[in-house]
Amino acid sequence: MGPKRSRFMFSVLCFGLAFLYVPMVLLVFYSFNHSKIVPIWGGFSLRWYKVLFQSEDVWAAAILSFKIAFVNATFAVMLGTLAALALVRFGRFRGRTLFTGMITAPLVMPEVITGLSLLLLFIGLQGLIGWPAERGFTTITIAHITFSMAYVAVIIQSRLSGMHMDLEEAAQDLGARPIRVLFDVTLPRLAPGMLAGWLLAFTLSLDDLVIASFTTGPGSNTLPILIFSRIRLGLRPDINALATIIIVAITIGVILFGWIMLRQQRQREREIQQAALN
Amino acid sequence: MSSDSDPILTDRPWLDPGQEPFIRIQAVSKQFGAFVAVDNVDLDIYKGELFALLGGSGCGKTTLLRMIAGFETPSSGRILIDGDDMQDVPPYERPVNMMFQSYALFPHMTVEQNVAYGLKRDGLDRGEIRDRVDAMLEMVELATFRKRKPHQLSGGQKQRVALARSLVKNPKVLLLDEPLGALDKRLREQTQYELMNIQDRLGITFIVVTHDQEEAMTLSTRIAVMDQGAFQQIGTPTEIYEYPESRFVADFIGSANMFEGRVTGHSGNIATIAVDSLPEPVRVEYSALLHDGMKAWIAVRPEKIRLSKTPFDDDSLNVVQGIVEEIGYYGESSTYRIRVNPGLRLEITHPNLRRPRDGRHVADWDETVYVGWEPEAGVVLTH
Repeated sequence: MGPKRSRFMFSVLCFGLAFLYVPMVLLVFYSFNHSKIVPIWGGFSLRWYKVLFQSEDVWAAAILSFKIAFVNATFAVMLGTLAALALVRFGRFRGRTLFTGMITAPLVMPEVITGLSLLLLFIGLQGLIGWPAERGFTTITIAHITFSMAYVAVIIQSRLSGMHMDLEEAAQDLGARPIRVLFDVTLPRLAPGMLAGWLLAFTLSLDDLVIASFTTGPGSNTLPILIFSRIRLGLRPDINALATIIIVAITIGVILFGWIMLRQQRQREREIQQAALN
Repeated sequence: MSSDSDPILTDRPWLDPGQEPFIRIQAVSKQFGAFVAVDNVDLDIYKGELFALLGGSGCGKTTLLRMIAGFETPSSGRILIDGDDMQDVPPYERPVNMMFQSYALFPHMTVEQNVAYGLKRDGLDRGEIRDRVDAMLEMVELATFRKRKPHQLSGGQKQRVALARSLVKNPKVLLLDEPLGALDKRLREQTQYELMNIQDRLGITFIVVTHDQEEAMTLSTRIAVMDQGAFQQIGTPTEIYEYPESRFVADFIGSANMFEGRVTGHSGNIATIAVDSLPEPVRVEYSALLHDGMKAWIAVRPEKIRLSKTPFDDDSLNVVQGIVEEIGYYGESSTYRIRVNPGLRLEITHPNLRRPRDGRHVADWDETVYVGWEPEAGVVLTH
């Protein structure tokens, strides 16, 4: 590979990275801008962070978003894992193909349609049985569970189908009934997949604007809804500050997670090496 | 006929008509779609046996073992253990335990927890579980490793944990799926004798699945040779090796020189067979039902053929002449490949009783030699 070509590849790489990260850097940069008009630099200041922390709407929206994301992720993992178990471990039951299709449908369904249909469902239910009385936390959470569950099911399904049955069989052979096998062997082995599924469901929910907009009611704003509604009135510096906080939180989270995983893996490799020696 | 007093029968319960078989496999078949994995087999295994199911991959031996364990249901036929029909008994209620080929140790549990798992499922109290786990770990010499996780163990240690875990529940039958497959040669020989010792001491019936004929020969009381879902022969290691009943068995166990020909005469217990690739008829002892003119094969083991540079003075031998084509030196013995004629090569194993003189063995490359074997050395096979 000549120097000419490697220089070309290097510049392509730089361009690609710039495309991804320059907008975020700009956003962080402008969040420290004193000026009220975003693109005009008025000197360094933490003014907008102060505004942000004093704004009760933002706090309420953030708390609502996290609550929804947490409940959603927990339920999505439970239901998604059960669905995956049914698909992989229950053999060929009647209607399996239909079930597979129905599990994966929410992945490809346009969000607008999912949101609209759920809204219709909630309105219909309200007319029929008087529940849900108002739309907000509950309806958004239910809506989020319906699509996050599909993602979890796909993750768990791929892990399960790569797993040999021998550990489950060994447990049965030693006298464990199927339900015990599930809790003693299958679920512990699936734990990493379930954690990954939980994190994915959590972020999907935190991220969602479209479905939440359809299924929310007056007074219940999630963070994306709040940000979007404010941005519609023009760029606002306090939103930049909010976005910066989210970016920093995610970065710290990812680095911490990666570091813990790396440490565990190194520890494990060391132990395997030691075991081979004696 | 009393089995208590006759030492020959206590060691060979299958010869004693008064003995009740411990495991009975009756007309068992297993199909996976159109593929027949196990094809209508019958087998009786007696208490205290170390029984080997031997065969190549895909012969149905593992499927049969899994049916005994309860992981597969027979398509037809039935399996009885200690007199009980296992048809509707799920794996977790069968009086058998299995040692898996992959060992299948629970990765998130320590050695101790792995071994204790089966006892906990039986609802024993803590003290008894502790005592039995201790005794078992003592037996497999892993007491100091009790707090380790499976990934912190070497292959041989994992194998011993797996063995301890499957023995701790005192099963009536222990099923072993390729128990020594993952170990290196030295560890394998050592483990082999350990297994035999344990089996002897505990008196548990072992059923071993293996593709390794050496393992089957040294370990077991009896061997069932399997091919294409059916038993080709069932017998003691000696019977299988010395008196194979078919060309498949003769070829699969050890190696054999095979001659194809036709029966031209038989008197007493000696048959004369005109071999296609030899000018003179071959005399061989027989026990199969023969009639003149029928097609037959003679199998002679390589170590039962004599090799000499001078003619033999024993005229009861079958003798041919040939040229040494290849020599394989193994230290304690050498294998000679002798070309008798373009269509026939013989393999002969000759013990190296003396040191070679001037680096020369019994025969050298390209030398013409005499090859002879007694009529009792070969067996006649009709299929």
